[in-house]
Amino acid sequence: MSTSIKTNSEADVKLHHQQMETFFYDNAIVRMFAIATAIWGLIGMLVGLYAALELVFPSLNMSTQYITFGRIRPLHTNAVIFAFVGNGTFTGVYYSLQRLLKTRMYSDLLSRINFWGWQMIILSAVLTLPFGFTSSKEYAELEWPIDIAITVIWVVFGWNMFATILKRRERHLYVAIWFYIATFVTVAVLHLVNNFELPVSFMKSYSWYAGVQDALVQWWYGHNAVAFFLTTPVLGLMYYFVPKAANRPVYSYRLSIIHFWALIFLYIWAGPHHLLYNALPDWAQSLGVVFSIMLIAPSWGGMLNGLLTLRGAWDKVREDPILKFFVVAITCYGMATFEGPMLSLKNVNAIAHFTDWIIAHVHVGGLGWNGFMIFGMMYYLIPRLYRTPVYSKKLANTHFWIGTMGIIFYALPLYWAGFTQSLMWKEFTEEGLLAYPNFLETVTQIKPMYMLRAGGGALYITGVMIMIYNLGKTIGKGTLLSDEEAHAAPLSKAYEPHKGEHWHRRLFERRPVNLLVWSLIAILIGGLVEMIPTFLVKSNVPTIASVQPYTPLELEGRDLYIREGCNNCHSQMIRPFRSETERYGEYAKAGEFVYDHPFLWGSKRTGPDLLRIGGKYPDSWHYHHMLDPETMSPGSIMPPYPWLFEQDLDVSSLTGKIEAMQTFGVPYAEGYGDEQALADLNKQAAQIAANLKESGIEVVPEKEIVALIAYLQRMGTDIQGEK
Amino acid sequence: MSAIFLLIGISLLVAIGFLVAFLWASKSGQYDDDYTPSVRILFEDKPSKNNQSNTK
Repeated sequence: MSTSIKTNSEADVKLHHQQMETFFYDNAIVRMFAIATAIWGLIGMLVGLYAALELVFPSLNMSTQYITFGRIRPLHTNAVIFAFVGNGTFTGVYYSLQRLLKTRMYSDLLSRINFWGWQMIILSAVLTLPFGFTSSKEYAELEWPIDIAITVIWVVFGWNMFATILKRRERHLYVAIWFYIATFVTVAVLHLVNNFELPVSFMKSYSWYAGVQDALVQWWYGHNAVAFFLTTPVLGLMYYFVPKAANRPVYSYRLSIIHFWALIFLYIWAGPHHLLYNALPDWAQSLGVVFSIMLIAPSWGGMLNGLLTLRGAWDKVREDPILKFFVVAITCYGMATFEGPMLSLKNVNAIAHFTDWIIAHVHVGGLGWNGFMIFGMMYYLIPRLYRTPVYSKKLANTHFWIGTMGIIFYALPLYWAGFTQSLMWKEFTEEGLLAYPNFLETVTQIKPMYMLRAGGGALYITGVMIMIYNLGKTIGKGTLLSDEEAHAAPLSKAYEPHKGEHWHRRLFERRPVNLLVWSLIAILIGGLVEMIPTFLVKSNVPTIASVQPYTPLELEGRDLYIREGCNNCHSQMIRPFRSETERYGEYAKAGEFVYDHPFLWGSKRTGPDLLRIGGKYPDSWHYHHMLDPETMSPGSIMPPYPWLFEQDLDVSSLTGKIEAMQTFGVPYAEGYGDEQALADLNKQAAQIAANLKESGIEVVPEKEIVALIAYLQRMGTDIQGEK
Repeated sequence: MSAIFLLIGISLLVAIGFLVAFLWASKSGQYDDDYTPSVRILFEDKPSKNNQSNTK
């Protein structure tokens, strides 16, 4: 039997030599993405460090509105997710796809459009988020024109990838490619569904969904963004670069196939675990929990598969910094994917939600899994692209150790901070009163932890700078091999059309993947445009009779709340726990949010919940508090917002805003937006100015602060009459 | 709560899409050999003199 196999393969080799084709891999595009990864990675992390320091030194925004925590936190998350990991993914995909398929990318032009388009999108994020142009939905903050650009560039990427798959010289699609395909398809769907918004002006739009609906769609997206932007593509990279770096096949290829299919079928259902104990039906919460727990199986299968690839090669890990990075990355993947399901358990979530525990959790994934996978890949790629050994192995090792220390010093203080703060929130005295009734006490308690965390982040960034220096030196001493020669035999025709065959058989059996993907996208776009409006407008019928639409001034104030990114630190979601109802008031009801386009529940309580802030303090309190929070709450880490007192409220798109709300089914009277809305707005502003005057405060009613006070005083007050 | 049904519908659509992809993959023999592909990726063309001339 062995002889016959040998004879066969000899014949194969002979055959292949006859038809061998010569082609060139495009290394230049890989180099472009690699450099972008390094630059944006550094920038994104520096913004993160700055934001972390602002939590300790609130005056660090230096009295300018453009770099407050509320505005640069989304810049940090978008930069590290889409600019750092996004470019890192493209780097790895453009390198590995060509080699796995034994062909050059389908089109150099599409590759370049993908590259420059993506960089332009990132640049537009840098130029809009600090200026307050945001949709407020986490990791989807970019406004509608940029959302359209993302869609176009993503399609270009998919087009280029699928066309490359179609002209491949290797029939089998290696498991990494399946991970890339799943990434493309699912991210496209998520992006389209979550960013379904109605433009009001050039850089302002409202989410088509309201309240609970919006929250559900957002966290379906938010969770799957982690799954399909930060996990599946990076797993693809793992399945390519770990075996390559270790020079041995993956531990079990069969397991990798099971890992892939199990993971994508389970991941998409886990989103509701972000909304446990929120105003969401119980069955939906349970669905999310069950799928989250099941996710341990494929995740750990993948982790073990990655680590066991190094079986019998652990001596190499001691020598090779690339493998060291990979080992820590995969270990962090294992820790994060165990912790995630645990955090999805309702009893654990009750403690962890809204605390820094979650921030620690995502950074184990982000710094450990994503960051270290990409660093390892960079140390593997740059010397190969430049045909020279890495400039300094010692520096690479230094980067590894500093980075690892950075992760530890980042995560541990935040775990500590999360536990501490949550326990303080829930602590009652023997008399049954809150032990720490002043929220601020629970903040000042963990300020040292915030400082330590910033130290950990600084260590990690130092490592990245060392990498950039090291790889820069490597580039300097090498020469770029921009087009790398390779040889392979063309794909033999496996498909023979037979007589009397119908066209649809050819269509469905010859180009199945292609057809599948494009039809899915077509169905989705068409379907969404038709379904969503009819689906959702009906649901805006109020279930609580006393819940009324926002007045024009409150609506404008709410948009200021969105612009300043208040939701990055303040939740609007009181869970039905005694510790929360004692502190904040009546727990949140789904029916209260029917006019909230978008929802503003938040996901983190760096400051207290604001749902029942309305009417709790006089207007003058808010006036002083926004001017300088420390006058009302000494020791507060919230920055002052003096520009709200200088800038006039921009009411130019008020008509458009009211009309947009009417399109969603919000019951404003017909033609209300034309003149009446502005008249009502001025009337309410004058009223608030008069209130403030009684407290001895002179304020021009046209200033932004008046609108913000109007919104803050309205919040959560609608259901007071119901009690 | 209609958004739930929208999301379940879309998630199902995606899942069905992947199911079809999986059926295609297994039917077309993608998984007939579940070992060689893992070894095959390790082999790469050695850089030749030709390659050097291609440097910019």
